[in-house]
Amino acid sequence: MPWDRNQMAARAAQELEDGMYVNLGIGIPTLVANYVGDKDITLQSENGMLGMGPFPFEGDEDPDLINAGKQTITELSRTAYFDSATSFAMIRGGKIAAAVLGAMEVDEEGDLANWMIPGVLVKGMGGAMDLVAGVGRVIVVMDHTNKHGKSKLLQKCTLPLTGKKVVDRIITNLGVLDVVDGGLKIVEIADGVTEDEIRGATEAKIVN
Amino acid sequence: MNKVYANANEALDGVISDGMMIAAGGFGLCGIPELLLEAIKNSGAQNLTFASNNAGVDDFGIGILLQTKQVKKMISSYVGENAEFMRQYLSGELELEFNPQGTLAERMRAGGAGIPGFYTKTGVGTVIAEGKEHKDFDGETYILEEGIFADLAIVKAWKADDTGNLVFRKTARNFNVPAATCGKICIAEVEEIVPRGSLDPDSIHLPGIYVHRLIQGEHEKRIEQRTTRKKEEA
Repeated sequence: MPWDRNQMAARAAQELEDGMYVNLGIGIPTLVANYVGDKDITLQSENGMLGMGPFPFEGDEDPDLINAGKQTITELSRTAYFDSATSFAMIRGGKIAAAVLGAMEVDEEGDLANWMIPGVLVKGMGGAMDLVAGVGRVIVVMDHTNKHGKSKLLQKCTLPLTGKKVVDRIITNLGVLDVVDGGLKIVEIADGVTEDEIRGATEAKIVN
Repeated sequence: MNKVYANANEALDGVISDGMMIAAGGFGLCGIPELLLEAIKNSGAQNLTFASNNAGVDDFGIGILLQTKQVKKMISSYVGENAEFMRQYLSGELELEFNPQGTLAERMRAGGAGIPGFYTKTGVGTVIAEGKEHKDFDGETYILEEGIFADLAIVKAWKADDTGNLVFRKTARNFNVPAATCGKICIAEVEEIVPRGSLDPDSIHLPGIYVHRLIQGEHEKRIEQRTTRKKEEA
């Protein structure tokens, strides 16, 4: 059986190490926070916060306290607030150990496309280009194929890029692949999925 | 030196004019200068350019100035929450310059610090890099981005003293600090103006040197995405 959203998030949580400062994107990456267990992880929200807590209880929402997805959240005992320039200085300065992000396409060079589909309403890149250019490690979590069954792991991205040669590891519903010299390398296969299935669903070159 | 004005309309008097470039603080609807935006609407100023991370929603934030067609151009990183924005953009009435969020923040910070340009890795190899100078440092390629020097900055803080020292609250600080610094004139709206001496000098987030005019007022502080958890989940 391929992994479901929660299993993908749980697998991504294994990438995080004690003491890391981490930025989680919107969607499945947000779920990663549920699976960090006892690890001491500090979540950054790029609108100006380290130490992001869970959603507030009903009635405790504070309009001055939101995450980068504009959702109401809470603070923790470790929380620090800062302005947007400081926030992106720590991203660009390489202080954030890892970002876990969703994607529309990744290619065998590690190029990432996740902000724009030509012809479809463009909302903007937000902080995604800064994150992929600046953080220590970029981990993409996404389905292996799109809703038409077409591979999202390509030889060459077709959509406008968010960053060039930026992705380190891809976690999909079928398994885990690393971007290495010459292509993608399978490092793990989801239980019940075969290597042939993963290869069949991957357009990018797979190397050993 | 009196920086304190009675209300937002008076604070804009003699400052606002057609064609201005205005840097605005806020992230989404959090920490936006809602009173000054309303006053800009009242002023009727036209052909404005806004450097602001977002464009508000249809009936709040910069969205109210889109309704009245006072905005010529937006410099933003994310504009997804605003139907009127999309309508004007797709019909060619509104110019849009996308900046990566960190590039926008740093452009404001740089402008405020007298730095006309800086190199960054953000956007290299993407449409953002097209037409920009590329330069290699230590084997890595960077692009040149320019500082923003705005005619006017409008920001929202939590508290101020009458000299314009500002304190923000939680994530409402966001773009307010870099935006404030990059304006030739900065007007701040706050929830409370307190007597000088009552703010801890070690805890000032933005020194009053950056703030030229100041108003106190009631803020709606609208929530864009109300997300909660149930008590029994805890």
